[in-house]
Amino acid sequence: MAEEKKTPEQLAQVQYTRPGYKWMDPKVEFKKGSYNYGAVKENAEYMSLPYPRKWQPFDADWNLPDNWQEIIFEGMRERLDRFRSFRVFMDICVRCGACADKCHYYIGSGDPKNMPVLRAELLRSVYRNNFTAFGKVLGKIAGSRPLTIDVLKEWFFYFYQCTECRRCSVFCPYGIDTAEITMMARELLNLVGINIDWIVTPLANCFRTGNHLGIQPHGFKDSIDFAVDELEELTGVRVEAPINKKGAEILFVAPSADYFASPHYYTLLGYLALFHEIGLDYTWSSYASEGGNFGLFHSAEAMKRLNSKIYMESKRLGVKWILGGECGHMWRVLHQYMDTINGPANHLEEPVSPITGTRFDNAKSTKMVHIMEFTSDLIKNNKLKLDPSRNDHWNVTFHDSCNPARAMGLLEEPRYVIKNVCNHFHEMPENTIREQTFCCGSGAGLGTDENLEMRLRGGFPRANACKYVHDRFGVNILLCICAIDKATLPPLLEYWVPGVEVGGIHEMIGNALIMKGENERATDLRGTPIKEVAEGKEVTEDV
Amino acid sequence: MPLVISLLAVIVLVVIALAGTGSLGLQYLFGVIFPYAALATFLIGLVYRVITWARSPVPFHIPTICGQQKSHSWIKHSKLESPYTTLGVIGRMALEIFFFRSLFRNTKVDLKKGPRLVYGSEKYLWMAGMAFHYSFLIILLRHLRFFAEPVPFFVTALQTLDGFFQIWLPIIYITDGLILAALLFLLFRRLYDVKLRYLSMAGDYFPLFLLLGIAITGYLMRYTTAKADLVEVKELAMGLLSFRPVIPAGLDSVFYLHIFLVSVLIAYFPFSKLLHMAGVFMSPTRNLANNSRAKRHINPWNYDVKVHTYEEYEDEFRDVMKAAGMPVEKE
Amino acid sequence: MYDAGKVITGIVIFLVLITFPFWFNVASGNATYKPDPKIITPNEQCMADGEYMKRNHMDMLDEWRDLVVREGQRTFVAPDGKTYEMSLSNTCMKCHSNKADFCDQCHNYMAVYPYCWDCHIEPQETTYGYK
Repeated sequence: MAEEKKTPEQLAQVQYTRPGYKWMDPKVEFKKGSYNYGAVKENAEYMSLPYPRKWQPFDADWNLPDNWQEIIFEGMRERLDRFRSFRVFMDICVRCGACADKCHYYIGSGDPKNMPVLRAELLRSVYRNNFTAFGKVLGKIAGSRPLTIDVLKEWFFYFYQCTECRRCSVFCPYGIDTAEITMMARELLNLVGINIDWIVTPLANCFRTGNHLGIQPHGFKDSIDFAVDELEELTGVRVEAPINKKGAEILFVAPSADYFASPHYYTLLGYLALFHEIGLDYTWSSYASEGGNFGLFHSAEAMKRLNSKIYMESKRLGVKWILGGECGHMWRVLHQYMDTINGPANHLEEPVSPITGTRFDNAKSTKMVHIMEFTSDLIKNNKLKLDPSRNDHWNVTFHDSCNPARAMGLLEEPRYVIKNVCNHFHEMPENTIREQTFCCGSGAGLGTDENLEMRLRGGFPRANACKYVHDRFGVNILLCICAIDKATLPPLLEYWVPGVEVGGIHEMIGNALIMKGENERATDLRGTPIKEVAEGKEVTEDV
Repeated sequence: MPLVISLLAVIVLVVIALAGTGSLGLQYLFGVIFPYAALATFLIGLVYRVITWARSPVPFHIPTICGQQKSHSWIKHSKLESPYTTLGVIGRMALEIFFFRSLFRNTKVDLKKGPRLVYGSEKYLWMAGMAFHYSFLIILLRHLRFFAEPVPFFVTALQTLDGFFQIWLPIIYITDGLILAALLFLLFRRLYDVKLRYLSMAGDYFPLFLLLGIAITGYLMRYTTAKADLVEVKELAMGLLSFRPVIPAGLDSVFYLHIFLVSVLIAYFPFSKLLHMAGVFMSPTRNLANNSRAKRHINPWNYDVKVHTYEEYEDEFRDVMKAAGMPVEKE
Repeated sequence: MYDAGKVITGIVIFLVLITFPFWFNVASGNATYKPDPKIITPNEQCMADGEYMKRNHMDMLDEWRDLVVREGQRTFVAPDGKTYEMSLSNTCMKCHSNKADFCDQCHNYMAVYPYCWDCHIEPQETTYGYK
């Protein structure tokens, strides 16, 4: 890979032309940098997934079970009977092409099978062949093709080149959601033992230890304790961070990267500072130490298995309700799935902010509140003392993460908070934010190093919009509320738009939050020096 | 290739109808049996497809949200793009069905030097879609003058409105022009746009050619000397409706060609992408409210799965937890 | 079936709308009605064949109007060589003076409302309204 490394200019030489072969002829080439490694056998076994084996996508022989086609057809039949979305989306696409140039992978790669419509056709063609009268009779003319090993390989290649970001679904006149189709395809691939390591290993880790990273309880505690020490060093305030505390009012669940990866870590410091300052009676849990859910990227069943811990733990600890941290797909699961798959949460109470008394009516059944809803309410009710000038060295933009935007509609809460804690805020162009936001290009389990070229391509539209505000307004940090974003955008931006860092909103809150008894802050939470207050004032007056 | 196949298919249909009602004299087949069979296929097929969709549940609450959620009272909630109530959903669906809301959002991406991605508004597809669907609807309603006696007032009103410009005799209907322009644009677009040409299949071209064939035969009968005897056409239509079919003597092949192509279109409907007419109502990303945390959505097949309980977890990690000073359930 | 209430309601609304002509005609009782244009001068010979006139009289009148009004030409030579004055009132309506029983029969049946009478004075026996 090293010798083939392309410059941004080379990688952006994308041609939106027709290749010399028809899309119906399956063709897939496992080029380095454009696919993910196969699942490790032991982890697949730990999760009791079907047909665990040693396997890699580039192997000529995938060692499929003998009756793999039957398994897939049976799987399709079962899913067609279980998911109306699948059946309807297989039947009604008119191939108008409105979705085509909405996909970040298509924009970044020019590969026509990355147009959402053709991605779906890969599966639809087999559906027609085996499940529709016209397809059976007319064959290729009706757009149907038999399920061959090459078709299966193509499925693997392209359904692991979809980040389930649902941008295409916003533009589809029938709301056809490629994420649904990708989910079905991945479930079908799983039935014959085709999975990727970057999804199955986090699944196994999370199932066993409670978080994707496989951090054991004492490691989790160390990590939180370390953050408490570091926060004290930075602010002079010693905060409490209770873990597995029974009888706390609120259970707090964040994505595990927040306490183990950078720049997530500064967001963690922000949470800790905030919860201390408002005197929140809350607890972390080591058993439910993961808000994210890679099960979403694998199968409805895996999602349910991982998600079950949150309600079970809230019951064991006897909390009143649950607060969730900054994470993208985590919130897709919590907002749209959790109550259905693991509810009803009758052991919890309807969430009420203990600080402001605000009732979160929109979460009264699931009983889980997004931290942006919680914090924006604190600010609105003047419960926080904030000094936004402490973020004056940051010129910020906000990247709507796919799922909070398109699964929840959480658009204004983060912006409201940002405007209260940062003085310099610039939006990226309107076709790249809010419900039209672009994916980081690494979601849905695709954020691996081996897949780097595809990630850079997929992240190109987001990075390019960021470059616009960087060049124009001097934006030097992109804020987001998603752990995958925070993990995968730094290398992406370094590649496409050097000079822009990535941070979380609660990091900015942590910077701006004036804590009782704090030392004068010389640096922000990541150790970057804050401009002198006096100097800052002078600058403002000059302007 | 798919283009040629579709065009050939329509040509074959034309030949069949012309031969059938010309030298073969199969007027009864084309005027009575095919229309009945097509209508039955359409109705039964469509209802069957919709019921098939309905037999699969919507296990998860998966609307695609396109606006601000309902949260705090002081944040303006987007009632139509992120509906919270059934009324909001009805509003969102109405926008989708009557105004093609989602398609209206359409953009076009351009990769310029820099590299710089530029997004432009792209409304042509929306315009052509609206022009086609509304013209088709109005033309369909105008045809009620053949199927209803007395002709209902709204049909007459539509005629007057549609013929507002009073050009030519018989007056040229605006929708007759619009539908042709829209169909030609939609066809042109499929061929001109490289992406679309690559992905288009016979199933995409065939309905366009079929509709063009229907439109053109219609124009022939209205605007050229190949005029049909309208009273006879209505006699045939009324005969079909009252289940006393008659074949009037004076109807030409152009007329039979027209209704044959219409018969093919409606019979083809339930087996094709034209199903989007019904499917748009059933799309779970559009027809659900964004209230999934306020109201529990039920999955009828929600089954128990193997979970990893806290007890199992603590059993594995009890020693390290105790060593780290973390509370445990069992000492 | 899931969401049976909504789906069946939708199907029923669709079927009611699509079968509108069936029940409309049943309700109106006119399913078998046929227009009956009366020829009150059976011994006169029309200037062209009846079948042709049925389909094309509007084109002929349109042409006449243009020739008379714009070009001042008033004489029409019929296919059989006979000549006629190009005039709706003086030529056509000499025989077909019964507008209500002749013209309106098919025009009403087909919802055709020609603008002849925007300029021409309607024959006296005409009654307004349907049938």
